[in-house]
Amino acid sequence: MTKDECKQVVLDIIADIAPDEDLSNVKPEVRLRDQLQLDSMDFLDIVMELRKRHGIEVPEKEYQQLASLDSCAEYLTPKFDALAGKN
Amino acid sequence: MNTRSHYDVVIIGAGMSGLAAGIRLAHFGKKVCIFERHNAVGGLNSFYSIAGRKFDVGLHAMTNFVRPGVKGTPLGKLLRQLRIDRDEFALCEQKQSRIAFGPRGETSLRFTNDFVVFEGEVAAMFPAQADGFRKLVAAVRTFDDVSLEAAPISAREVVRRHISDLLLEDMLFCPLMYYGSATEHDMEFGQFVIMFKALFLEGFARPFEGVRVVLRVLLEKYRAAGGERRMKCGVQKIIAHAGRASAVLLDSGEEITADHVISSIGAPETERLVAASSSELPPAPRTLSFVETISILDRQPAELGWGSDTIIFFNDSSRFDYVRPTAQVDPRSGVICIPNNFDYGVGRVLPEGIFRVTCLANYDRWAILPEADYQADKLRWFTGVLRSARRFLPPLASDDALAAATLTTDMFTPRTITKFTGHFGGAIYGAAVKHRQGRTDLGNLYLCGTDQGFLGIVGAMLSGISMANYHILQKG
Repeated sequence: MTKDECKQVVLDIIADIAPDEDLSNVKPEVRLRDQLQLDSMDFLDIVMELRKRHGIEVPEKEYQQLASLDSCAEYLTPKFDALAGKN
Repeated sequence: MNTRSHYDVVIIGAGMSGLAAGIRLAHFGKKVCIFERHNAVGGLNSFYSIAGRKFDVGLHAMTNFVRPGVKGTPLGKLLRQLRIDRDEFALCEQKQSRIAFGPRGETSLRFTNDFVVFEGEVAAMFPAQADGFRKLVAAVRTFDDVSLEAAPISAREVVRRHISDLLLEDMLFCPLMYYGSATEHDMEFGQFVIMFKALFLEGFARPFEGVRVVLRVLLEKYRAAGGERRMKCGVQKIIAHAGRASAVLLDSGEEITADHVISSIGAPETERLVAASSSELPPAPRTLSFVETISILDRQPAELGWGSDTIIFFNDSSRFDYVRPTAQVDPRSGVICIPNNFDYGVGRVLPEGIFRVTCLANYDRWAILPEADYQADKLRWFTGVLRSARRFLPPLASDDALAAATLTTDMFTPRTITKFTGHFGGAIYGAAVKHRQGRTDLGNLYLCGTDQGFLGIVGAMLSGISMANYHILQKG
């Protein structure tokens, strides 16, 4: 999976959990919380949707890795690749 | 084949909080079953039919209404968490509501879903209090009301730091207490904040078809997520083993095992299921309960001159006494609801007029009555409650105009509430003591709903959501 594909996975999840947010101009380097109205309940949902849809586990102490789209891609892409490699 | 069923989570009660918890858990792949003793969902916010006519119970209005685009409020959180599109509820806003105090409602504060209207009314009616009121509002806005760990403080105490006029103080408390307080005289400040935001800073709305729209949406989400539901299937006992709830015993005698149990039926009611002492009831707390009269009219209330007010909170006495009355009913104060007076859009009106009045009531005084006396007293109080409420509405063309327009009536009492919901003492807002974290003596048994302490319909659903997240989903 490319990093751009990974960012799209995260954006797709946010679009489902927060359909009232405009995601057309999300800056990948800026913290999601600083450009979208997402609270801790929403971040928990991002983590749980990653698990439900893609089988990706994000331990609680690593939640901050999901702060921005760029950090999501850095953190999640190897996890996606590892899963793909297993199959 | 193993005849015993096992679930990841068993939920007791298919009210708003149980359904919301169920949707969350089922959505994230938990095997969930909701057990409901009654044949209808909704619990304290439900509906019933008599002769083909549907009556709402509970819901006067959905509180916490904000318009699309307003974010970070309970309604928005609820919609996101349950993956509900706000169009599914199709909420219609109130026209206006009032707090009317004095023998004929001489002092009146109007409020709408635009807070500036209420601010203006307070400033005009209580000019010396305007500055204090602004400070109180600022304190409400900055208070962290979703913390599950906040220490309790008296709302009266906090309000008196800013408001020195007792009449205004009582007028502020009246709607907040009537729409959510399980405690007499005073509220915990966190609860005051939740209710102040829900009623005044946010507002009232209603789906055209009332509470059943909300329930239909919840049921559909729950079903689509794979949740199971068993109706007319009460839980008679929670079986405890080594500090944990290991199974629930159904009324039918069937035993269901579960990793987690969420109970929405109330804290003392849940305790009784654990103790399962079928005879011993816990000592009766001074539970607050209510009566409500419902009049179905052959015309729109506007035709009687009652077209502008959606909800009226009234009190005729020098002080507002939010206490369990010693008599069967305390008609001095109450709430009038006219569901026709929401703005359903041009030319869209409810097919019949509806006029509801709620007053405080004493459970014990109703519970002990033999059936014949019960029916007679209901009739007597029906008239008394209506007579009291009419003082706060525009006068009718003739004294019998309301009776002449009435097609049918119904009334519920504290006894009705206990009969259909199982809540001790006819409780609507639960026990006085709240369990914010939803913990019980058993490690995997949690509370949601009225005794967890988030209030109102939106609060009930958020309670189910929070407890499912906090105790089960966050833990993987």
